[in-house]
Amino acid sequence: MKVARAHPLWLAYLLHRLSGLGLALFLPLHFWVLSYALNDAAKLDAFLTLTEMPLVKMAEFGLVFLLAVHLFGGLRLLALEWLPWSAPQKTWAAAAVAGSFLVSTTFLLQAI
Amino acid sequence: MPERDHLTVTVQRGGPDAPMRPQTFEVPAYDNQTVLDVVSWIQQNADPTLTYRFACRVGMCGSCAMMVNGVPRWTCRTHVSKVLDGNAIEVGPLRNLPVIKDLAADMDPFFDKWVSAEGMHHPTRTRDDAIEAIDPVTMERQEANAGIECINCSVCYSACDTVAGNPDYLGPAALQRAWTLYNDAKDANKDAILDAVSGTGGCHSCHSMGSCTTYCPNELDPLSAILGLKRATTKRFFGGRK
Amino acid sequence: MSEFHLYMAQRLSALVMAPFVIVHIGVMIYAIQGGLSAAEILGRTQGSVFWFAFYGMFVVAVSIHAAIGLRTILGEWAGLRGGMRDWLSAVIGLGLFALGSQAVWAVTA
Repeated sequence: MKVARAHPLWLAYLLHRLSGLGLALFLPLHFWVLSYALNDAAKLDAFLTLTEMPLVKMAEFGLVFLLAVHLFGGLRLLALEWLPWSAPQKTWAAAAVAGSFLVSTTFLLQAI
Repeated sequence: MPERDHLTVTVQRGGPDAPMRPQTFEVPAYDNQTVLDVVSWIQQNADPTLTYRFACRVGMCGSCAMMVNGVPRWTCRTHVSKVLDGNAIEVGPLRNLPVIKDLAADMDPFFDKWVSAEGMHHPTRTRDDAIEAIDPVTMERQEANAGIECINCSVCYSACDTVAGNPDYLGPAALQRAWTLYNDAKDANKDAILDAVSGTGGCHSCHSMGSCTTYCPNELDPLSAILGLKRATTKRFFGGRK
Repeated sequence: MSEFHLYMAQRLSALVMAPFVIVHIGVMIYAIQGGLSAAEILGRTQGSVFWFAFYGMFVVAVSIHAAIGLRTILGEWAGLRGGMRDWLSAVIGLGLFALGSQAVWAVTA
């Protein structure tokens, strides 16, 4: 029998798990490419020019998205587990953090 | 009610000796009809060998829970009209438990875990002492009150994907029981409770997916109880006392 | 290490990483303006004690955090149990730490 379970908290759990798994699988590649800088900066440069390709750009966007989703999902869990706040207080806190992050990132994008 | 005189009901049949297989029945439709009524009609009128469990029929005893269209529910208080998918219902035994036969799940692992979670009374007094007066307005008492209406139906245990992936996990009901006892002024051994929920499969295995709270038929909140246990064990780790 | 200690290590490493990740995302947004080059990255990081400490602690925390997270996934989704799962997670953690240290050394030394 197909199990019905797609309610918001379950989806948040799945997103957190999949983003974490994706980041963990990406990390070795990330470290490996950076360590080229040690003995062969030209090779690192050759790799970095790949980042101009649209497909790689999309993948980069995906990775930053995974990182941001895992960060905020994780802060949500820490607040849920460790702060003895009521549910509405947590909702407002989350909204405040998300809002200030949006404002400050927009500022950063404009400033540079 | 829409005009229809029959429901198409698919029931999962089988057990340890025979693999589970669906069997479909046409059951007369009525205006007021619970899922348990439907299952009983099949057993009484179509196939007397159908095995299922129920007792009180009023949502007190917690014995009639089954999977209904993919969701664990107390069947005696689930109206057919609320769960009907087109004109069909699929009924199966509770998930995450062994099947005895057909719709009857073996509840032993579920109850064993209540004991493993230290869901037992640790008395503060003996029978010779006067009964302790309990202040109903304290924060602790209200936390405890929030969880004591559990009827042990195992709906939360069946709904939980952490139980599905981790057979050691104690599950929402047992942990909620531990949390009510932890907040009970009449319980003398809080440390034993925190130790029991800190081991393999304890409250720290929970991923806060909240299916327990979403599907609890009594509208209890085991998720918040488990979060309370996480907070209490963390506080104890940093040297905080209750 | 008990299940509870793994939980504490998981949450504390997360707490340590939260500010690092925010800075990391900020640096990424800043760094990709006008394209990426090895010279630009190394010009920022090489010989910097600050970035060495920043990325060094980041690598330690992420190795612990990812190893414990993958241990949970290996148990729940791959059905691994007992010593095999613990051993594999420890290898993953140490492997990430080794690769990460090499990368930090490469860009900051």
